[in-house]
Amino acid sequence: MGIFRKLRNAGRVILEMVNFYIALAQVWQKNQNRAVTSQKTSGQYFSFSFRHCKPPAPVLEFSQFIQRMAEYKVQFEVFEGPLDLLLYLIKKEEVDIYEVNLTRLATQFIEYIDLMRQFDLEIAGEFLVMASTLMYIKSRELLPVDQQVQVEGEEEGEDPRWELIRQLVEYKKFKDAAARLQVLEAEQENIFPRLPGKLEFESAAPPPRPDVSIFDLLNAVNGVLQRFTRREDQGDIFEDKWIVSEKIEVILRVISGRGSMRFAELFERAASRSEVVCTFLALLELIRLRQLVCSQPEAFGEIEIRLAAPPAETPATPEPAAAPASEPVAAAETNPQSAIPKSQSESHGT
Amino acid sequence: MELKLILESLLFSAQKPLSVKELRDVLAAAAGHEAADATAKSLARVKESELTAALEQLVREHETAARSYRLTCVAGSWQFVTQPEFGPWLRALVGVKARPPRLSLPALETLAIISYRQPITRAQIEQIRGVNVDATMQTLMERGLVGAVGRAEVVGRPPTYGTTALFLEYFGLRGLEDLPAADELRRIVIERPPAPVTADPGLATTAPEQLALQPAAPQPGESGNESPVGAKDSSPGQAK
Repeated sequence: MGIFRKLRNAGRVILEMVNFYIALAQVWQKNQNRAVTSQKTSGQYFSFSFRHCKPPAPVLEFSQFIQRMAEYKVQFEVFEGPLDLLLYLIKKEEVDIYEVNLTRLATQFIEYIDLMRQFDLEIAGEFLVMASTLMYIKSRELLPVDQQVQVEGEEEGEDPRWELIRQLVEYKKFKDAAARLQVLEAEQENIFPRLPGKLEFESAAPPPRPDVSIFDLLNAVNGVLQRFTRREDQGDIFEDKWIVSEKIEVILRVISGRGSMRFAELFERAASRSEVVCTFLALLELIRLRQLVCSQPEAFGEIEIRLAAPPAETPATPEPAAAPASEPVAAAETNPQSAIPKSQSESHGT
Repeated sequence: MELKLILESLLFSAQKPLSVKELRDVLAAAAGHEAADATAKSLARVKESELTAALEQLVREHETAARSYRLTCVAGSWQFVTQPEFGPWLRALVGVKARPPRLSLPALETLAIISYRQPITRAQIEQIRGVNVDATMQTLMERGLVGAVGRAEVVGRPPTYGTTALFLEYFGLRGLEDLPAADELRRIVIERPPAPVTADPGLATTAPEQLALQPAAPQPGESGNESPVGAKDSSPGQAK
């Protein structure tokens, strides 16, 4: 039982696929020589593109069988609405808008709507409104004037035919105007303005880089320290694994290699609060020694650390670090790039 | 030194398109200089209309000279641009102009309606186009070609839309009056045709206008030749 149902379902799927290909091949056949193209644009109700649509090889063998099947009338252009479709129909009739036969137009319009229905295209409400207007016009023409129902409030002079024609003419004019705009648009793509380079008579000053105050740095390091507020047990006492002089070396090594680094990078690998403090003290020390410069290119931006410009004067008399460091740092006054003797820095310890 | 040549030199080396007002400011600044000679001083208070006239003359001169470039005014600012037919070579030189993709036909239609009829409400646009314009309007607003300009004094006070300066730049227009066939499209007057609009020979009935005349003739008790208006009036008379 179950197997049968599965087989039947599978058969149905295959049948549907075949039907789909047949329809596709028909459509393709009809449009082989016809340039039915469409652009993918917003606001279109339906669009077909057959130009690149090639039927799969096995379907070609079906083609003769297909030709005998019910004829498909595919001659879709892209219509942007009922007025557009009406204009197209009028153009096909090759008559002036003013002289168009609205009753015949109504018939053709409704044929198109039926066609759309065959394709399972969603018919927009505007098309149905237009269809009903056309039907109304057509029905009015079948009645002598004195038997026509006068709609209350409608003026004597208001002829629905005239209303429609007026709307069509107006729409046509704007459609033409749109075409002219399109020409202008295409033309603009080929027009190039003369853009002379900037005349430089003065040496352009580098953009100002506002310096960073000690408070900015403290704020920044506070942000980093937030990471460690909960993690550490305050009760225990650890031996100090980090010393400022070591960190000075690390910072200088990185910066001399790269030229600059971001503030946050300094602390990316910091594992503990004491390490952050230590790194920060090293940074402050290097700034004090005018080895490094901190700047903030934009407000609330990342603080940037760079090597200072060639020092105008080497700090001759290093003061003992006033910061609450556990180990005051031996200033690397003469030769900062070279390793600072660790023993020296430790010997200064309290 | 002629004013138009001074203007030409300014526009030739300007970094951006210059409006008439900006050109006037430059002339005033040049006159204020210490080394300013009599010509520069005389141009300190030149009128904007004079500047425009000089610029127009310059445009005509460039036109007659048939150069590969021309002086043009886009959205009120003057600049030198190349002629469109040299596009292929310029594209090879400076690359394709950085421009958003071309507008779709519905978008162009909507834009045309707005540009000729501004300020206009969304409902009025939809009335002309016969379709919903929400999606196209959104595209146009996103691209900055149109914007809300006010509110219509009707029920609900709907926003009205108009084109922006970017619209003029995008299409290379000097101003709204520069739009093609502007006077005609701004307010279209559609002549009502004298002849009846429809008369299908295949149909059993003729046009309603002609039908209106027919019942007047065979009506009994009526004095023969009556105008169609009279025929209409006769029906209440019969009821009495």
